[in-house]
Amino acid sequence: MYNEKDINEQIAWAKINADVLRSMENPRKGYWLAVLICVLMLICAAFAEYIQYTTGMGPANLNNPHMWGMYISTFVFWIGMSHSGTLLSAILHIIHADWRKPIYRFAEAMTTFSLMTAGLFPIIHLGRVWNMYWVLPYVSDRGHWPNFRSPLVWDAFAISTYLSASMLFLFIGMIPDLAICRDNAKGWRKKLYTVLSLGWMGTDRQWRNFRKTYLLMACFLIPLAVSVHSIVSADFAMSIMPGWHVTTFPPYFVAGALYSGCAAIITLFVLLRYFFRFEEYMTTPIMEKTCKLTFAIAMVWTYLNLVEFCSVWYGHDIYNKEVLIAKATGPYAWVFWIMIFCGSVVPFTLAVQKLRRHMPTMFVVSLLLNLSMFFERWMIVAPTLSMSHDPHQWDIMYASVVQWAIVFGSFGWFGLLFLVFVKIFPSVSMYEVKEMVFHRRRHLVNEEAAARFHRRKDDSQTTTGEPGLEGA
Amino acid sequence: MSLENLLGNWSQYRKGHEEGGFHDYKHLWGMAIDLDICIGCNACATACYAENNLAVVGKERFEKGQAMHWLRLERYWDQNELDHPAQGASFLPMMCQQCDAATCEPVCPVAATYHTPDGLNAQVYNRCIGSRYCSNNCPYRNRYFNFYSYYEDSWPEPLNMQLNPDLTVRDKGVMEKCTFCVQRIRVAKDNAKMENRPVADGEAMTACAQACPTNAIVFGDYMDKDSQVAKLWKKHQVKLRLTKQNKENPELRGYRIFEELNVDPSVMYLERVREEV
Repeated sequence: MYNEKDINEQIAWAKINADVLRSMENPRKGYWLAVLICVLMLICAAFAEYIQYTTGMGPANLNNPHMWGMYISTFVFWIGMSHSGTLLSAILHIIHADWRKPIYRFAEAMTTFSLMTAGLFPIIHLGRVWNMYWVLPYVSDRGHWPNFRSPLVWDAFAISTYLSASMLFLFIGMIPDLAICRDNAKGWRKKLYTVLSLGWMGTDRQWRNFRKTYLLMACFLIPLAVSVHSIVSADFAMSIMPGWHVTTFPPYFVAGALYSGCAAIITLFVLLRYFFRFEEYMTTPIMEKTCKLTFAIAMVWTYLNLVEFCSVWYGHDIYNKEVLIAKATGPYAWVFWIMIFCGSVVPFTLAVQKLRRHMPTMFVVSLLLNLSMFFERWMIVAPTLSMSHDPHQWDIMYASVVQWAIVFGSFGWFGLLFLVFVKIFPSVSMYEVKEMVFHRRRHLVNEEAAARFHRRKDDSQTTTGEPGLEGA
Repeated sequence: MSLENLLGNWSQYRKGHEEGGFHDYKHLWGMAIDLDICIGCNACATACYAENNLAVVGKERFEKGQAMHWLRLERYWDQNELDHPAQGASFLPMMCQQCDAATCEPVCPVAATYHTPDGLNAQVYNRCIGSRYCSNNCPYRNRYFNFYSYYEDSWPEPLNMQLNPDLTVRDKGVMEKCTFCVQRIRVAKDNAKMENRPVADGEAMTACAQACPTNAIVFGDYMDKDSQVAKLWKKHQVKLRLTKQNKENPELRGYRIFEELNVDPSVMYLERVREEV
């Protein structure tokens, strides 16, 4: 039906450079407005955190059964978002899916920034945040060590490792592009890119080393991405609480993470394509492929949901079953059903070709998918706390303004980091797009040559040759 | 240097984990609560407030679920009670069960809660950073968090003079819970040590047990076979380290709450006997 190519093979390399470099200069008014909004959101959060820091965790509306609230669910949400970049740049790099090339850079940036956002939440939610470094195993003369059995300590290790590895991966992947920027920049940008490009000349030896390093980092990052969310799931699964103590939590969390990550890629895809006029790079076929991937992951997530429900239902553990029933019928039921609808029904729009080619629809759908993922995390944290073993302590809790302000502000923080990134660093990988164009062009040339060869062979066998392949 | 300590004692550290816990108890403080003679007067809870410097949070915060009552009286209106409302609700005093396999302990990131050689589940306020995982992992929900700084609100002058000097007033951001009045246990043990004799039964007494007008709460050392609490446990054929009690006589009233979760609580309750109406 639609027979376009992922990318036009005839784009000149100079045009690719020019297009991407154009996106990095002269912010328009709208950009500054977006920055202003993000800063205001951040100020909201900073103010709320100031209140919380000075008076304690009370204003957040946490209470005895609900010791964790939206801080932790938002933390899991942001960690989930961070899986997109690794999926696109590391996993798809290794399986040679070259359609990822125009879109992986911003996904990778998203990974880093959402991790930087996620990492704030366990800190914000601490009762005595000034002592947060006690979680780290520093050598102290008092002989104090963190409790290595605690999943929260594993969290600190997993997140810091993943954050540093993904930052490094983002940086390494950008070196050839930074050199292009260096060659085209003036003033402070010239100085910055000169330092960051690490003397990249584009020599044969540099390219060989670069390829090896990049592949090595990709291989290193994939297990990390899986482990980091498995460990986040261990925060829940290692407890004995009904609804948390679930064996399938690690794959369930990883699937949910990839899901929300992919949905966020679609959101930012549409935004960047529109604002930076990247139509030639972020093409509809690439969007379609991303949508198909998201759809597959959505189905995996739905399946794992079902597995969890069934195993609880047929497990006949009274506490677990009660929590499961409460999820679907209790005070948080509206959250649950929105999650199920947006997470398992809405993705079917991704399966319809007409819809997934329509950018505004996909923008809305991707936001709905992430809404579902946000609610999913709330449904993991809250119902278990509200209905644990002891019925005397059953309670419901909704987040207060302070909690909402901090969660709201985290989106501002993420947005701000991303906005700064797209103006300072190339959000489309120039060298990889060139590579993609080059490969496609060579493929085309090879195809033509093969066609010509076959025609000649046919000519020699039969007297009448087939007409019509010359114009390909 | 602690690094040397770590390297030097690594094998010892590993060994401790392989054996899976501490079993060399000299004392193992336990409790028996007879619900049949409990009249639900709340004297235990009041005594606990006075003994342990518990903050009074006020009506609004209490309704929010931010109360600090280490010992609470849980009331239940089950179908049986609803059918016979004249009997009143069923109730039980609930405090930290000082589990032997406490679920709060392994999850604390900074090891602020740990098991003492007395079988107590201790909370080190100074070490706590307030991640609140311990409370989330407590099936009894018996851990209370200082959501605010209560010093000025709860004990305005001259009420601060009533504070018990044997233990601290906890500040905001710290988890706390019933300690089985560890300060009183400390005193009893110190006295016994100075007089070079074992701790006598009844010498260490929690505030709740002391205040109970009907002596429904019995506190003592489970390792001391002659103590009242050990005798009660034995009489009702309730044993530690079991997830299901094998009683010869199923009529016996002793039970432990949520013992099927394998948390091994140190508090035995004696079921209330209600007359058939």
